[in-house]
Amino acid sequence: MKPVPFDYYAPRTVEEAARLLAEAAGGAAVLAGGQTLLPLLNLRMSQPLVLVDITRIPELKGIREAEGGLWVGAATTQNELLESPLTARLLPALARAVRHVGHHATRNRGTVGGSIALGEPAAELPATAVALGAEVETYSPRGRRRIPAREFYLAPYATVLEGDELVTGIRFPPWPAEHRPLFAELARRPGDFALVGVVGALAVAEGRVERAGLAWFAMGPTPVVARRAETLLQGAALADWDPAAVVEAALADTAPFDDHHASGEYRRAVGGRLLARALEEALGRREAA
Amino acid sequence: MSEHQIHLRINGLSWSGAVEARQSLADFLRERAGCTGVHLGCEHGVCGACTVVVDGRAVRSCLMLAVQAGGSEVVTAEGLAAPDGTLHPVQQALLEEHGLQCGFCTPGIVTTLAALTAPGRTPSEEELLAALSGNLCRCTGYQGIRRAVRRLARAVREVAS
Ligand code: FES
Ligand code: FES
Repeated sequence: MKPVPFDYYAPRTVEEAARLLAEAAGGAAVLAGGQTLLPLLNLRMSQPLVLVDITRIPELKGIREAEGGLWVGAATTQNELLESPLTARLLPALARAVRHVGHHATRNRGTVGGSIALGEPAAELPATAVALGAEVETYSPRGRRRIPAREFYLAPYATVLEGDELVTGIRFPPWPAEHRPLFAELARRPGDFALVGVVGALAVAEGRVERAGLAWFAMGPTPVVARRAETLLQGAALADWDPAAVVEAALADTAPFDDHHASGEYRRAVGGRLLARALEEALGRREAA
Repeated sequence: MSEHQIHLRINGLSWSGAVEARQSLADFLRERAGCTGVHLGCEHGVCGACTVVVDGRAVRSCLMLAVQAGGSEVVTAEGLAAPDGTLHPVQQALLEEHGLQCGFCTPGIVTTLAALTAPGRTPSEEELLAALSGNLCRCTGYQGIRRAVRRLARAVREVAS
């Protein structure tokens, strides 16, 4: 259970980090909090020649109010995000989701950017970024990019990031202060990856849903946007919306998979119930007509 | 393979020297610093036995490289009791509530609880239990640990009020 030998670098700037990645020509791994990478190294499932530790780059740290929304540095830990009064004030929906990422001790090291860049299909943070309409900020020697989270994920653990490109931060757009967080997941134990989960936010004004952001996790190869359900919810009157139709629309966008924990059919059945309950909690009970 | 010069404090004492890049903080603490109270159960982040306190926060030492702890203040289970042997309140609570049997998981549990109940913090019983969801115990059935947690949560509230 020991990693293969490697060289370790702790650059102080993104330029230097990207240069180290480029020089290693595919032989390097980016180390952030290490809560996923270190197990892979210990099990020798990953055998890099070079490790580039980005947690000592000041530019990648911090949580700030930006453009009315929230900017989170890639190397910010999940617990820093959870404990920040800014998160609680600006994005309760995000605060609600981060609490479910891993365990207390892994959140003390695990970073927001690491989780976003890894793209684990059952993870909470990628789906939350997708649901809330966040953008992923990156740096490479060719320049900086802002990539909508909804276009960031390609397949399990595969993103549009290039080999020498680093995630530098996540930019969450403003949501009205009184938005209603939506979150539900089923995991075998607290802290485990979800068997199925759903996350999002609903902005409500004058008895109507003004804006809806909704995404599934562990319901497909990437975080899955529940687009049809978002469309149905948009503009819906609180006094007169159809929970069953929203759930059905949300499930229509999923591609649940079978694995040794649960079948796709199970995920779909449980996911539908979870979403129905989460919607009810967020919008109030709707008796079937 | 690179080697790195690091300085850190372990249980209040300074340590300086060279470490191999790939050495985990857990192996470093056990083999170089003599802190064999750092227990390795799984070495991939599942069991929590290796938990230590780095700069006031509970972390899994099998999921951190020694070189990453450079400049930090590390506390292991060895560093919790007073020099005269008086147990840390977390240790005392586990002792009195029968929160341990073989003791393999115990260092991880005491470090996690010690970090969360450090002076100035007033976690609820629920928060402490949620944090311990990352620590596996094969002996106790958890009930003694839960009782210790309840006692601790009450104690930190009394101190705060
Ligand atoms: S040995 Fe570190 S979590 Fe199990
Ligand atoms: S006391 Fe034996 S594993 Fe917990």
